[in-house]
Amino acid sequence: MVEDAATGAETASGSVVLPNAAGLHARPAVKLTQQAKGFTSCIEFALAPGGPWIDAKSPVKVMRAKAPKGAVLHFRAIGPDAGDALAAMLALAGDGFGET
Amino acid sequence: MTERRFFGQAASPGLAEGRLVRLAATHAAARAGQGGPTEEAALLDRAIEAARDALLRLAARADPDAAEMLGFQVALLDDPALAEPAHASIQDGQPADAAWAAALDAEIAGYEAAEDEYFRARASDLADLRDQVLARITGAPDTILPNGAIVVAEDLPPSRFLAIQWQEGGGIALARGSPSSHVAMLARARSVPMVVGIGPVPAALADGTAALVDGEGGTLVLDPAEATRALLRRAAYAAQARAASAEPFRLRPATTADATPVRVLLNVGDPAELEGLNPAICDGIGLTRTEFLFSGTGSLPDEATQLEAYARILRWADGRPVVLRTLDAGGDKPIGGLTIDGESNPFLGVRGIRLSLVRPEVFRVQLRAIARAAALGPVSLMLPMVAVPAELGAAQALLEQELEALSAAGIACARPPVGIMVEVPAAALCADRFAADFYSIGSNDLTQYTMAAARDIGAVAALNDHADAAVMALVTRTVEAAAARGVEVSLCGDAAGEPRMTEVLLRAGLRSLSMAPGSVAAVKQAIAHVDLARPR
Repeated sequence: MVEDAATGAETASGSVVLPNAAGLHARPAVKLTQQAKGFTSCIEFALAPGGPWIDAKSPVKVMRAKAPKGAVLHFRAIGPDAGDALAAMLALAGDGFGET
Repeated sequence: MTERRFFGQAASPGLAEGRLVRLAATHAAARAGQGGPTEEAALLDRAIEAARDALLRLAARADPDAAEMLGFQVALLDDPALAEPAHASIQDGQPADAAWAAALDAEIAGYEAAEDEYFRARASDLADLRDQVLARITGAPDTILPNGAIVVAEDLPPSRFLAIQWQEGGGIALARGSPSSHVAMLARARSVPMVVGIGPVPAALADGTAALVDGEGGTLVLDPAEATRALLRRAAYAAQARAASAEPFRLRPATTADATPVRVLLNVGDPAELEGLNPAICDGIGLTRTEFLFSGTGSLPDEATQLEAYARILRWADGRPVVLRTLDAGGDKPIGGLTIDGESNPFLGVRGIRLSLVRPEVFRVQLRAIARAAALGPVSLMLPMVAVPAELGAAQALLEQELEALSAAGIACARPPVGIMVEVPAAALCADRFAADFYSIGSNDLTQYTMAAARDIGAVAALNDHADAAVMALVTRTVEAAAARGVEVSLCGDAAGEPRMTEVLLRAGLRSLSMAPGSVAAVKQAIAHVDLARPR
């Protein structure tokens, strides 16, 4: 995690393997976006470390990614609660959104 | 009225009897006029809001599973990203309805192009949102579906399903659709019998026609004969009882009472069907219907797409053998841009291997993908609708050329065993003439060609009996040819999955049966009751 002394904004990043049988489908996508919206930080994920980056607060965009089972989700968060946001995203995805 | 049958895929078991009600696709009514961009944008926002509120009201009285599915749709409507392209078009002067329809159609196309059946199935959730919002823009009235009806539609969105009181009975038959769709999951959860993929139902059919949905056999029967009703009722009742008693056999190896081992294989289409299935229930895949690859939107699948699908099946099978059947299009399985339209009798026309040999540029792609898959695991290649040895020879020559080309290019490949489907009486009568590495009896087509009776014509359906002595004589002859040539023989038609046929097939000498995953437990149970040491 890197903290910007001037603004207090943090950036945090990490990745997790998607364990769900059906991939990042409807129910997990809704859970992911609901949880992401609970944070002030901008939260994004990508299927490759270099992007393209997808807004984790938009169910439409999350579903467009069609992330299959076994995909590696790379997360990054930027904002005052970036560290907490990232930890929450990794925990939720790593746990298979509570359905594995 | 004569009985008519439409065959599809079973999506939810059980038998439903009722009156047919067609749900026409929602077509937006013409609008009287159009406002400026500001009015149109506001109109779209109000329509989205109204559709969202209607979904929330439906969710409030739905059970948790259904509420979650509707919640997904609400989440999409709540997301400004969904309407973003529509708002952009409105600013460019488009009316709200056209802008919304175009934006959602683009979104839907993205889902339909998905490789994964699960994501493809979400297209119907999006189509529902499109129609719900459109209806509110144009003021089109909602069609009310009666309870207890047999709903026949192109596709059925969950919101429509949930608006029906299924406690009063009823069933669903969809022209398209998928067993993985949300509505299929809802139907299974509520025990509403459902079949999908029955193909276009004639537009002339009147609402109120007597109809049966057989969720075991995957069939819609219209104007059923009294005998058909009685038969299916007994079958549905028996199926419930059987399913319960057969369950313990599912994971056991199949052996007869006299300890003769029998190979139980699976028939599959889209690899997504295998998700959640334990490979330990079977000895491999006896039939992969590769048509699923060709059912997408327009373009034919390229080599990489095919290879990935085959590799996915191999990964699931985990070392067990996998038989890939080359494209069996034509007959009742037309494919746009590939099969030949307007044949006077498609079942006796250019289908199966015949089509592949007249379209070698398409066939070669599949041969290459299968040869590459054979480098990854135990793959066999099977040719459908072979009638004469020259067809097998021509396919083998093409395969040989592609193997050479792949090797020359340094691409990993292997020569799979090449077998034939025995489903044309000519092939069954002279099976020993074919230099095939194995035979697989396609009992559905073999029955229809032997008895000269189609299974989808109710008036002759009784003749279409795979237990008939003439059909069984051809089965026996094929088994003998296989034994004489020292090659394997299997049977992969519906007969393989019917417990009443198990003893007959084993006594004909078959020791390998390939069936739908849902039949495994019942057939293994039937096998365990057969004692081949005792004469019948």
